[in-house]
Amino acid sequence: MSGIEMVPVWLTLKLATVTTILLLLVATPLAWWLAQTKSRSKPIFEAMVALPLVLPPTVLGFYLLVLLGPEGPIGSLIEAVGGPRLVFTFAGLVFASVLYSLPFVVQPLQNAFESIGRAPLEVAATLGASARDRFFSIVLPLARPGFITAATLGFAHTLGEFGVVLMIGGNIPGKTQVLSVAIYDHVEVMEYGQAHILSAGLLIASFTVLLLVYMLNRRSRAKRHGYLL
Amino acid sequence: MPIVVNITKTSALRLMIRQLTCGLMIAVNMLIGTVGAHAGEISLAVASNFLAVEKELARAFEQKSGHDVITSSGSTGKLTTQIMQGAPFDIFMAADTVRPRKLIELGYAVDESFIIYATGRLALWSPTAESPEALKMMLLNKRYKHLALANPKTAPYGAAAIKVMDALKLGSIDQLVFGENITQSYQFVKTGNADLGFVALSQLQKEPVGSYWPVPDRLHQPLTQALVVIGDASKKEAVASFLEFLGSSEARSIITSYGYTVASGE
Repeated sequence: MSGIEMVPVWLTLKLATVTTILLLLVATPLAWWLAQTKSRSKPIFEAMVALPLVLPPTVLGFYLLVLLGPEGPIGSLIEAVGGPRLVFTFAGLVFASVLYSLPFVVQPLQNAFESIGRAPLEVAATLGASARDRFFSIVLPLARPGFITAATLGFAHTLGEFGVVLMIGGNIPGKTQVLSVAIYDHVEVMEYGQAHILSAGLLIASFTVLLLVYMLNRRSRAKRHGYLL
Repeated sequence: MPIVVNITKTSALRLMIRQLTCGLMIAVNMLIGTVGAHAGEISLAVASNFLAVEKELARAFEQKSGHDVITSSGSTGKLTTQIMQGAPFDIFMAADTVRPRKLIELGYAVDESFIIYATGRLALWSPTAESPEALKMMLLNKRYKHLALANPKTAPYGAAAIKVMDALKLGSIDQLVFGENITQSYQFVKTGNADLGFVALSQLQKEPVGSYWPVPDRLHQPLTQALVVIGDASKKEAVASFLEFLGSSEARSIITSYGYTVASGE
């Protein structure tokens, strides 16, 4: 039996890491806005963020394939300004993964921000803290469990991504062939041994990541309650 | 007294329901009777490249025989795995001959049922090329950003495409993108994401856009597609009658109209 190919493993880890970092940057202001806004359009944005939870990945993949293509509205725009082609590239996978995992990062953050409530912020404001100061020294520390959950779910969800990547990736070894697609190929040609090794690895990795979140969250909750008591 | 009244009311209702059900059952029986006393059901697993043809075949067969055909499609590899896991299919129309033979060898399919039902043809296609000649030059001079083909590891059409490129001595190409199957290869080209691609000739019969080059058979192994009967489905009358229909001239002309060839005479 030949060794396990590590290329898809590294590629998947790279994709999940880059996606998670980008997601935190994008989702934090979005979640903060959703938590604070009194706008009537809030449910519309919340529904849009939640869409990838319910849509089959093939729908998202199909639309991305059509929209990002050289004749598609987004693809032709990017091409016109000299940007890279997103279909069949790693950058494209990152773009798709950010969309696909968005709710997994926005929702825990929004919950965390909402649970802080207005009181601590108003107190800080009366003590003269600037908006920026309030965000960095009050919101961020208090929302820490939310950030941990968000980052982990975003990471884990991207690890397991399949349908979208299959549609726009082009299955290029070393570039867009991620772990789930590699496993799929092994099953297709009945190389169950290889499929088992990679699947079990993914299963254990995903479980470990999730276990870590729940353990961390439990500890920080206990700590907070300790302060309150 | 009100109780008694109630009881009679319910029993009257029951009687009515019974009569209604009886009538309904007779009606249903009559309906089935008109379709044919022997109406059976076949569940058919078909490789995705042949799905459009199979649908037309099934429609013609259903009209003729009164049997019902339930179709499931997917890649040959996936369907093979599903059959090994006990998927309830009667007939498996694969995109190659390897997997049907494997199923026979492992005891999932009936040995005598192995039939080559169609031979596919590979085509190089680009919606933007002006002529087949221009298309060939595009391929030979590597004037493209992406060339799509089906995954050679899992799809026979993909493996054939690789053979063709080897035969043309194109060397190593790093602009290849792989569809999960031949349908996705078509999709990549159709949406303009790949400039050209190897697809099944059958996919281009409906709406030929741009130019295509039917790849000569001598450049690759023939794309023979075989079917097998699964488990003891061979005992089903509907299965036998479908296999018989496949050999008919009507079925043959449907298959060839999609760009497949069928073995002459049996």
